[in-house]
Amino acid sequence: MTFGAEFVPLTLPPLVIAVLAALACAAPGNFLLLRGQSMLGDAMSHVVLPGIVTAFLLTGSAAQPVMLAGALAAAAVSSALIEGIRRATGADPGAAMGVTFTAMFALGVLLLETSGAGAVHLDVEHALYGNLEGLIWIDATGWASLADPAALATLPPELPALAIATAAILGALALFWRPLTIATFDEGFANSAGIPTRWISAGVTGLTALAAVAAFSAVGSILTIAMLICPPATARLLTDSLPRQMALSLAIAALSAALGTVIAGYLPLALGLGFSVSASGSIAVLSGIFLGLAATIGPRRRRLAAAP
Amino acid sequence: MVDPTPIPVAETALAVTGLTVSYAALPVVEGINARFPKGTMTAIIGPNGAGKSTLLKAALGLVPAVAGEVRAFGQPVAKAMPRIAYVPQRAAVDWEFPARVIDVVQMGLYRKTGLLGRMTPALKAQAVDCLARLGMADFAQRQIGALSGGQQQRVFLARALAQEADLMILDEPFAGVDAATESAIITVLHALRAEGKTVIAVHHDLATVSAYFDRVLLLNRRVIAEGPTTTTFRRATVAEAYGNTLLTSIPA
Amino acid sequence: MTADLLQALLFQGGYNAALVSLGAALLGLAAGAVGAFTTLRRRALTSDAMAHATLPGIGLAFLAMAAFGGDGRNLAGLLIGAGLTAALGLYWLQRLTDTTRLPEDAATGAILSTFYGAGIVILTVIQNLSLGRPAGLEGFLLGSTAGMLKSDAILIAAGGAVILALLLILRRALAMTAFDPGHARLMGINTRAADMALLLLTLACVLLGLRVVGLILIVALLITPALTARLWSDRIGVVALLAGGIGAFAGHLGASLSLVLPDLPTGPAIVLITFTAFLLSVLFAPGRGLIARALTRARQAALVRA
Repeated sequence: MTFGAEFVPLTLPPLVIAVLAALACAAPGNFLLLRGQSMLGDAMSHVVLPGIVTAFLLTGSAAQPVMLAGALAAAAVSSALIEGIRRATGADPGAAMGVTFTAMFALGVLLLETSGAGAVHLDVEHALYGNLEGLIWIDATGWASLADPAALATLPPELPALAIATAAILGALALFWRPLTIATFDEGFANSAGIPTRWISAGVTGLTALAAVAAFSAVGSILTIAMLICPPATARLLTDSLPRQMALSLAIAALSAALGTVIAGYLPLALGLGFSVSASGSIAVLSGIFLGLAATIGPRRRRLAAAP
Repeated sequence: MVDPTPIPVAETALAVTGLTVSYAALPVVEGINARFPKGTMTAIIGPNGAGKSTLLKAALGLVPAVAGEVRAFGQPVAKAMPRIAYVPQRAAVDWEFPARVIDVVQMGLYRKTGLLGRMTPALKAQAVDCLARLGMADFAQRQIGALSGGQQQRVFLARALAQEADLMILDEPFAGVDAATESAIITVLHALRAEGKTVIAVHHDLATVSAYFDRVLLLNRRVIAEGPTTTTFRRATVAEAYGNTLLTSIPA
Repeated sequence: MTADLLQALLFQGGYNAALVSLGAALLGLAAGAVGAFTTLRRRALTSDAMAHATLPGIGLAFLAMAAFGGDGRNLAGLLIGAGLTAALGLYWLQRLTDTTRLPEDAATGAILSTFYGAGIVILTVIQNLSLGRPAGLEGFLLGSTAGMLKSDAILIAAGGAVILALLLILRRALAMTAFDPGHARLMGINTRAADMALLLLTLACVLLGLRVVGLILIVALLITPALTARLWSDRIGVVALLAGGIGAFAGHLGASLSLVLPDLPTGPAIVLITFTAFLLSVLFAPGRGLIARALTRARQAALVRA
């Protein structure tokens, strides 16, 4: 068997999906980082589960759009809850988030375990680590299949869905780049300049939720959190320019995803072990290692000395 | 450089020698020499950015100094800390914190109770008394965030009183407080001076310097002048500190 | 089922079951009380990172114990491994926030996801190595009282008691550090040591909670009772006691429920019980509850009109 005959059906689709998910998450992650909301990604990736399960229980359908709508609705409910808890209790944002996402995730798990929603082809482990390795392209026979429309039609459905979502997220960020940066840097000034900062804020939350939802079914919550946070944080330690930070974070995210998938699939085999390990986990670890490197030798890793 | 007023060390509550503090390689205060005699009340005055708060914080070891020495009651400040109380400009605390006014004042008694010691009825009474001296006894059971800014300032001063310190250092105790609070605070500070305690305060209101304080330290990154209010708080020296001459309310 | 639940709640469901629900109650008590301080010190999400960072340690400890021919599932051994990687995660979190410009929440999320990812990689290795029977480590993700050993329950109960004793000793220093660290330092409190002690107490709660609540949701047992109790009192001592009480109640009820309904994951059950207590308090707490505040507003409005 040639390399292509094995690589194209078994490794290429997970690799492309991982890269797309990484790009979708890392892009809004840059703004979360600068707005001091990085943990919102953590919260969003947890609340997707109850959204998907509830949508299935209500409609009986496991179609992609239904799941997406359920997850987005859950994201909206949770951000309203977080804000409500902050107002009602005066708790700091971290604590309000912690209360919300643990309760919603617990609800999702209970619904899943007690309602027989197993038909969603979803179990808790899947929600946590994703199922990247399972997204194979059965009909592909080698590199030639990439030019074969009949074979392309049998690509895992997650791939085109994720491609659309990623394009939408990157497009929205590009379109609203200027007001986004102004509102992130100085909300008061943005208000006075006529930028609707509340909508910008809701938009960032919405894009994060969309990224979490789109990535979730393919790569699980762990990779979603890692990609929302680690590549932007790494890029932040490398440059002072926001456009460069964005570009670097996307490059780092893509590199982590591609390299992580390949390492997970082939490194244990190369070491003589007869199995592969979790691709999502490897990608997350790799992105963490990149951050560790940047934190040790990154040219812009230090804080500016505090003014009195 | 102005020579510090020569006072024998034994009578000095706080002695600052050659103190320099820098943020990001820029000196904020430079070569500060100052003596604060026991039983006196000194105002530290100077324009914005003169380094007044920084001087206090560095003297207390809250921000690191590049050079210089600070001694309190003849000892290094770290050793004399039990005899010093400090009231920051506005306490940077979580106002939602589950603490009542009396709990905050009792925190000033920590050196007496330590980790495990009992909060005895005598100590509790002392905390209530400190509140009463600032006219806040009726608010003892309120949650700390449920007070006005001036009332909060009085509570933090009561916490400092509970420490029974010999040296009281305050950073703009009158900033943004109402007249009632200002008069309550100054009464307490004057009473402390009468008990032989030493008070040092950063002060902004030039109109009240002469009435409130017996000594001044004029600061603008360096010491401009230091000494008794009557001889030192003069138009010429103040103008030098503030860099202008529009100070007609000050004696020439 | 109701009768079985009642039996379990009253510790009448057999010696083992009684130990398990007693252990869960003590865990809830300790986590609730410690969590009151953790939350006030704004370390809520640090404990989440800590909890996720235990996973690689659990996996490595399992591999190490299995490699030396022991029982890979020995709880004490797994917890030692978990504690070591969680401490490593905390060390890196501290380094990231101290030596780089990253804000604390981003550093927290980065540590959380990296260590958790490493844990998942190790878990897949364990699943693929044929070590005879299934490892059963998945129970550490969402908690499970099924198959809990008597010695496990005793370990959890004893650990909870030790944590509570230490908290009692340190309460004053922890409260002052949480309220006003600058003043605490001036009063001679070593705030770095106090913060470290609080982190270690939090870590101890996380470790003890792994078996019962699981690492994904244990943070809820630290935060939710604390926020709930805060609605009922303005005094930190009372808040800590109340939070402990809520945690104990939820731990006990959740463990009893899962003894009666073995399919019910214990962690989510306990979390939803605390969240219910939280929601009820948000509505009904005197003074700070939504209803009480609405009544106050209405009364004030009536006064203005009169």
